[in-house]
Amino acid sequence: MSKLGRILPALAVIAVLIAVWWLSVVVTHSAIFPTPGQVVTGTLELAQDGTLWDDIGASLMRVAVGFLLAVSIAVPLGLWMGWVRGAFSTLNPIFQMLRPISPIAWIPIAILWFGVGDTSPIFLIFMSSVFPMVVQTTAGVHTIERRYLRAAENFGVSRYTLFRRVVIPAVLPQIIVGMRIGLGVAWLVVVAAEMIALRSGLGYLIIDSRNAGNRYDLVVGGMVIIGLIGLSLDGAMRLLEGLRAVRWRYAH
Amino acid sequence: MRTKISVKDLKKGFLTDQGVLQVVNGVSFDVADGEFVAIVGPSGCGKSTLMNVVAGFDSPDQGSVTVDGASGNGPSSKGILISQHGSVFPWLTVQQNLMFGLNGHARSDKKEIADHYAAIVGLKGFENSYPHELSGGMLKRAELARALVVKPEILYMDEPFSALDALMSLRMRKELLRILAEERHTVVLITHDVEEAIHLADRILVLSARPTKIQATFEVPFEHPRKLSSPEVQDLRESILRELGV
Repeated sequence: MSKLGRILPALAVIAVLIAVWWLSVVVTHSAIFPTPGQVVTGTLELAQDGTLWDDIGASLMRVAVGFLLAVSIAVPLGLWMGWVRGAFSTLNPIFQMLRPISPIAWIPIAILWFGVGDTSPIFLIFMSSVFPMVVQTTAGVHTIERRYLRAAENFGVSRYTLFRRVVIPAVLPQIIVGMRIGLGVAWLVVVAAEMIALRSGLGYLIIDSRNAGNRYDLVVGGMVIIGLIGLSLDGAMRLLEGLRAVRWRYAH
Repeated sequence: MRTKISVKDLKKGFLTDQGVLQVVNGVSFDVADGEFVAIVGPSGCGKSTLMNVVAGFDSPDQGSVTVDGASGNGPSSKGILISQHGSVFPWLTVQQNLMFGLNGHARSDKKEIADHYAAIVGLKGFENSYPHELSGGMLKRAELARALVVKPEILYMDEPFSALDALMSLRMRKELLRILAEERHTVVLITHDVEEAIHLADRILVLSARPTKIQATFEVPFEHPRKLSSPEVQDLRESILRELGV
């Protein structure tokens, strides 16, 4: 199927949804819920006076810092836990306990520890994305096929070469999967965190638009933009899956 | 000729829920330096277990494996194992795979050596391809080249061509013979394919069903290139198959 042929049904569904939305607002004569047209107009206003870009920038910055921090901790930690059995049996139970705690549950503690500045959402993003990435990386090491480790052993390479040429590249596809999951969760969490504690960001835009005069056109506009940015972030992570050195894992 | 590998009364079993499962039950044989020995046996008889112990990846329960008179050797680049499923690293290009085992060379030398062996096995032009871009036969060539690069004294081959179709398998045998004529290696080949064993080996050991022992030994006195359809070869094939109970 051509690219257009694949996108067309999805676009058609979106068009139908927008039509249903528009019709139901018109039919019910809702005073508060906006029509699609009002959402576009309101969002354009925000874009023109610049606040929209500031909010998007603030959210993206927090996600970037929290996520990269999580990657830099999770990947080495996951490799270590995957390779050293003692590290796994010691740390895995703790991680398995921390992992199911919703990042939202950390919000009060984040505010207590870090106040209402940028550090709180960065901490929350870190907490939310670090665990899936540790788990994926560890699982990646555990699933390296024995025949490859044996081949490496057969050639008598140094530990350094073993790690650089076998372990890390073997796990890389799993690390990328972990990063996709981690970034998705991070984007979910930043919006939630901003709704509670902050004075900027897309989450703040939504909650502030409601509080300051029921501007539901901006609430919905903010939601749509969150969705679109989430889609592009995932798309960017998907590009990593196309790298030649990792394609072997996704090809079949 | 000098003895390269000496296997003495080797026994190996595995612990299972039902107790010890004896797999290899007292196998002894010698392989001379530069000799090509094929080991054939029915499937599931313990051929691969035997190979793992002989190649040093596993230790025997009893008995010994000595290479050049020394026993208790772990795996090393002195003897490279080529197995049925292959172990070419899918995340490295053909060239990077071939360079993998080369230590102590300058980078440009490594590339040169790798490309030389890629050409020997007929992979010229595919140095920068990834394994998943290659066919099954080419993958086997890459695996063979990666082993040859480190100039191993011994090649341990565990059903190396059994995942290939008949035509490609025959082609790979001929390639292997051509390479062995140029670079002398001692070879231990495990196979269930009697014809393959007669085509390649100087001597054929026939294993019994599990727990396995050596049941018979056949010399293969034919000059290379061997004509597999000749009556002598067919007679030998018949005798080996009779030993295998077919």
